[in-house]
Amino acid sequence: MIKVENLTKAFGPNLAVNNVSFSVARGEVLGFLGPNGAGKSTSMRMITGFIPPTAGSITVGGYDVVETPIPAKRLMGYLPENAPGYADMTVRGFLHFIAELRGLKGGARRAAVNRAVELCFLDAVLYQTIDTLSKGYKHRTCLAQALIHDPDVLILDEPTDGLDPNQKHEVRNLIKRMGANKAIVFSTHILEEVEAVCSRVIIIDRGRIVANGTPAELKARSETAGAVHLRARGPSAVLHERLSRVPGAARVEIISESQNGVEARVYPAPSATATLTRSVAELAAREGWQLDEIHTEEGRLDEVFRTITLPDTVKAAA
Amino acid sequence: MNAWANIKAIMKRELGGYFTSPIAYVFLVIFLLLTGFFTFTVGNFFERGDASLVSFFTWHPWLYLFLVPAVGMRLWSEERRLGTLELLLTLPITTWQAIVGKFLASWLFLALALALTFPVIITVNWLGNPDNGVILAGYVGSLLLAGAYLAISCMTSAMTRNQVISFILSVMICLFLILAGYTPVTDLLTRFANPIVTQIVAAFSVMTHFEGFQRGVLDARDVIFFASVIGFALFTTGLIIRNQRAG
Ligand SMILES: Nc1ncnc2c1ncn2[C@@H]1O[C@H](COP(=O)(O)OP(=O)(O)O)[C@@H](O)[C@H]1O
Ligand SMILES: [Mg+2]
Repeated sequence: MIKVENLTKAFGPNLAVNNVSFSVARGEVLGFLGPNGAGKSTSMRMITGFIPPTAGSITVGGYDVVETPIPAKRLMGYLPENAPGYADMTVRGFLHFIAELRGLKGGARRAAVNRAVELCFLDAVLYQTIDTLSKGYKHRTCLAQALIHDPDVLILDEPTDGLDPNQKHEVRNLIKRMGANKAIVFSTHILEEVEAVCSRVIIIDRGRIVANGTPAELKARSETAGAVHLRARGPSAVLHERLSRVPGAARVEIISESQNGVEARVYPAPSATATLTRSVAELAAREGWQLDEIHTEEGRLDEVFRTITLPDTVKAAA
Repeated sequence: MNAWANIKAIMKRELGGYFTSPIAYVFLVIFLLLTGFFTFTVGNFFERGDASLVSFFTWHPWLYLFLVPAVGMRLWSEERRLGTLELLLTLPITTWQAIVGKFLASWLFLALALALTFPVIITVNWLGNPDNGVILAGYVGSLLLAGAYLAISCMTSAMTRNQVISFILSVMICLFLILAGYTPVTDLLTRFANPIVTQIVAAFSVMTHFEGFQRGVLDARDVIFFASVIGFALFTTGLIIRNQRAG
């Protein structure tokens, strides 16, 4: 549904977006991840036709966004960053206005507004003006606006920003549910969100794509992916020494030590990881350690995120 | 068809915006008080002794100088300040539909303000026997004049998110359009410059083109002048918005 090729945006000498290419099919939820200033919002502004690209092409549903903006825009719903809205309008008036410009008339318009109100839980504030709304309601009003015509493509710039944990949960579920038959791109810097909702993740840093894959694939790139985490009783020096000699172990880290036992992590060598947990468990049985806990780690997205979006200065020092 | 529906939707929202805030009513009251003041006090309506609205229309270029930019200054600045510009321009409408819709809404609002001056027509008809055709021409001219100022305010409003700057800029441009044909200025100019030059400068003035309407003359050239100012300013508005988006 969305096809982005060699997209570039320059603001003066700065490349906010630098040669970005990706595509999103129907049924996919693409998470756009990156530190502040990475170029997420700029990319989304170009996809939705708000600002023209410096170079590259964007098509939505087969329509070029620059050449044929109107049919392309018809297919999209867009939640801009900071969820803007007309301060002096009521929520209901605002949604009716957007529905009207989306070409909905009469009964269809009323039905669309009601549906969006229901999806975004706006009943309580329907007749309140937008400038009197709390941040969460303001955000959901703008989200409702994006959903009003039940678009095939949704572009959501930080859709859970400013929501409380319950609302975040609701919005994530909503995105996930809608993702089944739409193409959705949403940006965030909350990592758990990506794991909970996305079928695919793009990490963008200083305008460039630095990673592209499923959440599981990205997590597997983490240092701790495949590591064995265990808690056992015994002197830590002995544990450390024995664990280091397990076949397939690259390095052992003692995380903590207390009267509850020693917590340790065994990092896998680049090759044999599949059997590491079993090897560690067998060692514990042989040595007669009292084992309170043992599991294989999946890896952590925040770790991957931090290593690949590290500032240059830190990379140079490392 | 579709274009008109979009323009209408934007007009409706914009007009609604005027009336949900007290600003619209404050504006109407100020407008009516000022027209009354200028017509009857400064303009010596009664002392003139003729049944016409000359003393009413004479002041319109000056009155509008401040009142019209006050109406137009928010048109685009507000969209930029609130960030709603991003919503508006990613909807399936063209930029010119948004520009025309916003312009027409404000023009309609100014037309309403002007229509509310009807008691002055009743008064003059009650006191004497005016030529109502001349009065109608005056109203048409006044509306076109307001439209020209409004289109300029629309343009300056697109330049900045600061309404005060937008207001000052449009007052300055409109003032220039008055002064270029204001008799004291043209008199001064003829003393230093070739009369042809003076005439050319005056041809750009709203004063020169508004004068005919006040005398009841509907000259196509005057109508074309105001229509061109409106067209040019709205076109420039479109260019400004496009340039800003290009970054
Ligand atoms: N209109 C603009 N003019 C100049 N620079 C801009 C503009 N918009 C964004 N930028 C710059 O582009 C970069 C990317 O910004 P943005 O896309 O907002 O990042 P993100 O949404 O990932 O936080 C930033 O360095 C920002 O300063
Ligand atoms: Mg952003």
